[in-house]
Amino acid sequence: MDNRTDGRRWHDMGGQDAGPICDDQHDFSLWEKRVDALMILCSGKGYFTVDGLRRALEDMGEDAFESMSYYERWIASINQNLIESGAYTIEELGVKMAEVQARGETYGDASLGQ
Amino acid sequence: MATQALDNNVLPVGAKVRIRSIMPPGHVRAPAYVRGKTGDIERVIAPFKNPEQLAYGLPAAEQILYRVSFSAVELWGDEAENPEDRIEAEIYAHWIEELETANAT
Repeated sequence: MDNRTDGRRWHDMGGQDAGPICDDQHDFSLWEKRVDALMILCSGKGYFTVDGLRRALEDMGEDAFESMSYYERWIASINQNLIESGAYTIEELGVKMAEVQARGETYGDASLGQ
Repeated sequence: MATQALDNNVLPVGAKVRIRSIMPPGHVRAPAYVRGKTGDIERVIAPFKNPEQLAYGLPAAEQILYRVSFSAVELWGDEAENPEDRIEAEIYAHWIEELETANAT
């Protein structure tokens, strides 16, 4: 976690030297669209705001930015905020994750389970 | 003397301001490249709940959001590609210090 107190934090990179920008377009997969929709639902229900999303993303630090994809970081941040806001407990999350995992190997299997 | 812009003291368009240079850890909505820099109020946008409180799930008082205009030279110094360029950033009142009261003509 990035808690440096000596100035600029890693994400605050405006104005710094940077490499070329990749402007490739790509399609989003179903799970990524669902993560985006989940954020809208969480905000609409009052669990947390986009500010909380950003705060947890920033606190993940630069390593997460390099090692996780955009929506992998989003779902981690959404989960952090939902735990903090009391939407579910960590124990409940663990039970649910095991239940989903038991449905099967593929995303399709996991999604189709009740 | 610089004074922090308060809720009940809406800065006029054209007011000369400096962005506070403090560097706290945590969720901050004023980018580092404008902190400590001088600009002027381009427009008063609207009050919004302070996102730096909302980010932690805390009650948040409203702060006025301003659009502040900076010269490229102020931000980038000799490295400014086009010294005549302006850079505008949207900054909350609690990050803004008023340098003088503008008398717009």
